Parts: sequence; C-alpha cells; structure tokens
Amino acid sequence: MLFTVLTGLITSSLLVPFGKLIKTKWSIVLPFIPVILFLFYLWHVPVIANGTNVIQHLTWVPSLGVNFDFRLDGLSLLFALLITGIGAGIFFYARSYLKGHIYFDRFFAYLLLFMSAMLGVVLSDNILTLFVFWELTSISSFFLIGFNNDSKASRNSALMALSITGMGGFFLLAGLILVGNIAGTFVISELFAYHDQLVSHPLYPLIVGLICIGAFTKSAQFPFHFWLPGAMKAPTPVSAYLHSATMVKAGIYLLARFTPILGDTELWKITLMVVGGFTMIFAAVHSLFRTDLKGILAYSTVSALGILTFLLGIGTTDAIIAVSVFILVHALYKATLFMVTGIIDHETHTRDITKLKGLRKVMMPVFIAALLAALSSAGVPSTFGFIGKDLIYEATLNFRESWTIWLTALAVLTNIGLVTAGFRAGIKPFSGKLPEMFQEASLPNHSMWIPPLILAVLGILFGLFPGVVGNYVTHQTADAIAGGETDMHLQLWHGFNTVLTLSGATLAAGIALYFANNPTEEKLLALERFNIISSQHLFRQLGKGIRRASSWYTNKIHNGYLRSYHFKIILFAELLLGYKLWLGGPIQIDYANLTPLSWYEFGIVAILMGALYIIVTTKSRLTAVVSTSVIGYCLCLMFVFYSAPDLAMTQFTIDTLTTVLFVLVLYKLPPFINFMNRGVVIRDAVVALGFGIIISMIVLRVLYEPVTTDISDFYGENAYILAKGKNVVNVILVDFRGLDTMFETVVLAVAALGVYSLIKLRLKSSEKE
Amino acid sequence: MELLLVLVLGLLYAAGIYLVLRRSMVRLLLGIMLLSNGANVLIFVIGNITKGSPPVIGSMEKVFQEVYADPIPQALILTAIVISFGLTSFAIVLLKRVYALVDSDDLDDLNTPEEEDI
Repeated sequence: MLFTVLTGLITSSLLVPFGKLIKTKWSIVLPFIPVILFLFYLWHVPVIANGTNVIQHLTWVPSLGVNFDFRLDGLSLLFALLITGIGAGIFFYARSYLKGHIYFDRFFAYLLLFMSAMLGVVLSDNILTLFVFWELTSISSFFLIGFNNDSKASRNSALMALSITGMGGFFLLAGLILVGNIAGTFVISELFAYHDQLVSHPLYPLIVGLICIGAFTKSAQFPFHFWLPGAMKAPTPVSAYLHSATMVKAGIYLLARFTPILGDTELWKITLMVVGGFTMIFAAVHSLFRTDLKGILAYSTVSALGILTFLLGIGTTDAIIAVSVFILVHALYKATLFMVTGIIDHETHTRDITKLKGLRKVMMPVFIAALLAALSSAGVPSTFGFIGKDLIYEATLNFRESWTIWLTALAVLTNIGLVTAGFRAGIKPFSGKLPEMFQEASLPNHSMWIPPLILAVLGILFGLFPGVVGNYVTHQTADAIAGGETDMHLQLWHGFNTVLTLSGATLAAGIALYFANNPTEEKLLALERFNIISSQHLFRQLGKGIRRASSWYTNKIHNGYLRSYHFKIILFAELLLGYKLWLGGPIQIDYANLTPLSWYEFGIVAILMGALYIIVTTKSRLTAVVSTSVIGYCLCLMFVFYSAPDLAMTQFTIDTLTTVLFVLVLYKLPPFINFMNRGVVIRDAVVALGFGIIISMIVLRVLYEPVTTDISDFYGENAYILAKGKNVVNVILVDFRGLDTMFETVVLAVAALGVYSLIKLRLKSSEKE
Repeated sequence: MELLLVLVLGLLYAAGIYLVLRRSMVRLLLGIMLLSNGANVLIFVIGNITKGSPPVIGSMEKVFQEVYADPIPQALILTAIVISFGLTSFAIVLLKRVYALVDSDDLDDLNTPEEEDI
C-alpha cells in the first residue's frame, strides 16, 4: 500500500523537471496512474470482503510512536476506491479541460500530490501519520483553489479555505495527541480496545470538541461551511474531485473512523446530530437560491455532508449502513454533476442557470449523464440514490421513539431541497428551447463526457443490483464504522411501507418545488442581505482585525528609526535585568576587601566625569571628540595605577590613533545638528541613567561573589616554565591563546581592507546625490 | 577604589547609551566608543584590581614570588581595545563616505521613505 501513496508523490515531483514533456502528447500517461491504483484496490475487494484486513508496517520515527502503518479495511477500501476511481475519471477529464493551459504540468502535480495525500489519510493506521497526510490535503487544496492565481477572488478563496482547514488541523492535532497520550498508543487498530477508557476519561469532552472541530472544518459543517462555496473558484475538475467527492469527505472519514473509538456516548451523538442536522437543512435551503450552477452544487454538497454527519450522530446500525451507502451514492452523482457543469462552462462560458437552456440539442450524451445523476440524486426508484435515501429514512424512523418524527421531518425537508437542487443542476440547463447564443456550443472531446457518463451509469447499475456492491464493499465499510457485524442486505424493493411513502412524498414535493421556485438574481440579493450575520462575515472581520492589529503593531515597533530600535531594545534589557536583580534581593558590599582610595585617583575620576559631561552636552563635534580622548587617557592612567602596563600602552596608542583619524575625517563635516526635543532628551536621559545604574548594581553583586583564580594561577606558574616569557599578559596573547590572537589580527586586517577600499572608492558622478 | 570605578563604568554606560539614542551619526559613534570603554572597565573591575604588582615575573625568578595582578582580564581587555579600534576606524571612514553621499549627519536622512518601499 505504501507504493500507492508514494506513486503519486514521486510522479508529482517528477513533473517539476519533466513539465515540458508532459504538456505534449505524453500527458496521456497521467490518467493511467489512478487507473492502475484503482485496479490494485479493486483486486483487494474480495480479500476485504472475506473479512481480513491488509496491514503493512514500516517504522519511521519509532521513538515518537510515528510509523508508516497502513491498514486496509472496509472503510479505507471504499474511500480508496473512490479516490482512485473518481480520480481516474477526473484525470482523463482534466486532461481535456485544461488542454493548452500554461500551468498544465503544475495542475497535475498538485492533483497527484492531493491524490497521494488523500490515500495516505484513509490508509494510515497511525493517527500522527494520518495528521501529516491530512494537512497535505489542505495544502494541495490551497494550491488547487488558487490555481487561477491571477484572479484576486481565487487567491482569497484559497487563503480562506487554507485558514479554515488549517485552523481545524491544529485542533485536530491537539485532539489526536490527547487520544494518543491517554491510550498510550498512536495506532488506530490498537485504539479500538481503549474505547471505555477514553470515554470515561475526564478530558473526553475536550477530545470530542477538538476532533469534531477538525472534522467539521474539513467537511464544511456549519459554522465553518463557507469556505466550500468559496472553493468553487477552482477549476471544475478540482471542484468535482476535491470539493465534493473526496477531500471534504475526509472529515466524514475521520468521524467514521473514530466512531468505534470515541462514539456511542450522548455527547458524541448530540454534537454530530445537532451540527449535521443544522448544516444539512441550512445548506439545502441555501442551494435553492443560487443561480450559479457550481453554487447550487456546492451548497447541496454541504447539505449532503451534513446528512452524513447527522447519520453518524444517530449512530445506530441502520444509520451506519446508510452512511456507507450514501458516501458512494453522493460521490457518484455529485462528481457527475460537477463534470457536467464543467462541460457546460467550457462550451458556453457561462454557469448562470437563468440563461442556460436547451443544451440537450447540442450535447446529448452529456444530458444523459446529467439526467441519470439528477435522478439518482433525487432518489427516483431503481437508482442507487433511491436506496441511499431509503436507508436514511429507515435510520431516522428507527431511532428513539420520541425523536423519530423530528429527525424524519428534518431528513425529508433536506432531501426535498436536494431533489430540487439536483434537477436544477442536472436537468434545467438541458430543457427548453436552445437560445441563439448557444447555437455554437458543441459536444466536447469524448474524454470529457465519457467519465461523467460512466459514473452516472454506475449510479443506475448499483441501484439495479444493490446486492453486488452491498455484499462486496459497503457491507464491510459499515462493519468497520460500527466496529462489529452489521447485518446488511441491500435491496431495491422493500415493499410498500412508511419509507416508500416518504420517498414518494419527497420526490413529489421536490419536483413541485422545482417548478414553483425559480432562483433569480433578486432573490439571491435579498438573501445576501443576511450576510452580515453569517459566520463568513464574522470570519472575514476577524481576519481583517488581525491584519490591522498586526500592521499597527509592526508600524509601531518597526518604524525604521535606528534610535527607536535602540530605545526599545535597551528598555527591554533594562526591564529584564532589573527584574532579575530585584529577584536577587538586596546588594551587599564587602568593605574589607576594597582597595584604598588615593587623592590622585579621585582627581582622575573627577576629570573623567567632567569630560563625560562635556561630550554629552557639547554642540561642537571637535570638543566631543577631544573629550572622548580625554576619557581614554584617564582610563589609561587608571590602568597604570592598577598594575596593567600593557593595557595602558595599548589604550594610549589606540586612543591617539582614533582621535587623529576622527579629526582628519571630521574637519569636513557640518556642525552637530540639534533636533533636541526637551521631552525626548529627558526620556533618553532617564533610560540611559537607568541602564548605567543597573550595570553598576550588577557589577557590585559580582564583586561580592568569591573569585576562583585557578586559570590565572596556571598561566602565572607556567608562563616562564612552558613558554619562556616573563610578561604573563603577553604570553597569554601570543602563546597560550596564540590562535585567538591570530584571528584577531585577521579581523583587523579585514577592517583595514575595508577602510582602505572605502577611502579609495571613487563614486561615479551619477551615484552622488 | 572599586566603588569609584563602578561609578565610572556606570556613567560611561549611561553616557554611551544616551549618545546612541541621538539622531546624529557622530554621536552614535562616540556613544559606541564610550560603551566599549565602559565594558573594558567592567571587566577590569570584576577581575579583582591590585595596585603596584603587574603580572610580570621578576628578572631573576622563574615563577611569581608574591601577589600579582590577574593577567586574564588584562588579556581580554587588550583584545577588546584592539578590536574596538578596528570597528571605530571602519565606522569613521564609513561615516565620511555616507556624508559624502547624502551630505548630512542625520540618521533619518538615510531612511527610505515608506512610499518608495512598495
């Protein structure tokens, strides 16, 4: 299984060097990658149907419990088949859709990356590896949504999707780590045994919250739903693949995967039922008002995802069977409808439902695919959608007595919306008279209309022979979600009962609604007036707020004035050092150890202070420089008194040199500019004095500490014996630490080179201002 | 005497920082020089100062016979003085260059206006 994940990743990176090649007729190899992977998983169907799970184990970071553990069970298999199967269709389709696009290679690189990541998500048996792949799907989705990167709306949508799903990812990671720490293992198949322990743990509500946020953001549940309609800015193959059939179902996959681990509690059920229930009805109503084909499909996708979450919340065997079937039903018809929309957009350059009419006359096969998909989505008997809808009603009817009526009503209302949305997207553009403007439209390349047709036909075939797909695929899926045997036998005909009545009523109401309510621009505008209270609006405002706050902060801190940076750094250092000093308690001084003070030393210090005062206050540059050299000479004398003749000599030489250099350069400069503002001067003086005081206090504290002289003693004793030198300071510099001194010389040489070249540099007249 | 030196180094630091916070480039440079002087005094003071006994072994002996000043701080300071000279001399010449280009001693004249950044 590792190879199936790696194939896409490797091919994806190969597209970087071979991008040019793949833009030619060699692009035909691309769709065969998902085809081969699909056959590989198809070959596993009988194995899984026997009840065995395929496991592959590869150590990655064993010390952290992160390993490439792959496990193929019923749930993974269903998703793997969808990812590779629909992927194969999408790859063929996209090859024609994007023919001649300048970023053709880039598109397929992202798409392959996504496919691998998605396979990784559903196959991982380690929750940390799962998380890594999970984030990879968000990232590839970001690139695909923003594929038309010259459009601002596209970029904004991509950013919005990434920030929502990325934020959800953080929550998910926290939840997964909590689960792993409580159970002591990160392996999913081992976690099943810890169900009771996890459920009774005090942190259980937090875990459920974190994991649900992760899943809800990915699967576009209310209030995070809005990124999905925004994601429709992506090229249509992407919408079909990522944003309806596979990626958005990753959240559902996660919830299904964790149902046997965390589920079966009131908290879990209520959370999922409330969020899913609200999302499905909310989005179904919204889909009725859209005029953009993709908008209709986006909202009906959100609604379908809501249904899945809702069913997982119900959590009975019936509901879980319904989930396993509905995932497949929805993927088949929704991918078809999206691809049809793409064809319409490609040929007529509009997706506006109020303009599109009569296209069946120019693209009959496309109409057949769309019609079949619409029928399946409406749940017309003999389609796979019919079975899916039956199971949903059965699940709501068989739930707790007192809730039945409400849940069923909710499901029926949602499904009425979906029937209408399906007809509107699948039938409306093709019915009626063909207007003048679309006379030119024609059937596209066959690789664009064959994939949706195959998917649509499958939707009918599965409906006619539900036993086959039920026994071989969805039965095992339901078993995996339930964590035990679900006695599933899919049948087309259940006899005359409540479920059938409800189905019929739904269909009739949906069709009635289709004819009664025509979405128009006006209605959409009326609806958009409520945007101000939508979560999307709130999120945008939050984003704007953060951006404003950070730009304010950046301008404040990073204002481009050197002295202001200095000021902030120094102030911060003062606060930090001051706090540390304060923690250390009062300062003690050991008067016994001090050296006595003589009058000439006092005199020197007095001169030094006078010079300092002059430097700080003078308006003349030359006076300041001379005063600085006075300070140097004072220190030089200090070194003489306190047994440092070498220092005194060096200081004397260097100070003289510096002053000479300074004066040489300075005689050309204008006098000091004084932009002194009294307030600023006082502020700076306070800060500067504060720093001086803090440094002095630190020194006092250090002075009180005992000194060890081991190293000095070593140098003192060995200076002559080992190095044959009597001046210990010199011996240290040129012998014991000779290498350091050599590098110091190198530094000086570099500085000298710099000085020399700066002096020699002749500017061209154009460079002078 | 230590206390007096502590006062001196505190003042050197304070004056250095004050000058670093100014707008004139020459003052900035003088401030840096004062700071490095302050740092030298700091190292000197905490290395236990001793009067009248330089770390030089007498001409007749092979090892020290009596108390001697700690040679390590001195070696450190010596290095520091030389390196800071390298820095200062380079900065002085650079300052001259900048002056030749922008004809000003004002640090703010070196700023690129915000509008041109974009």
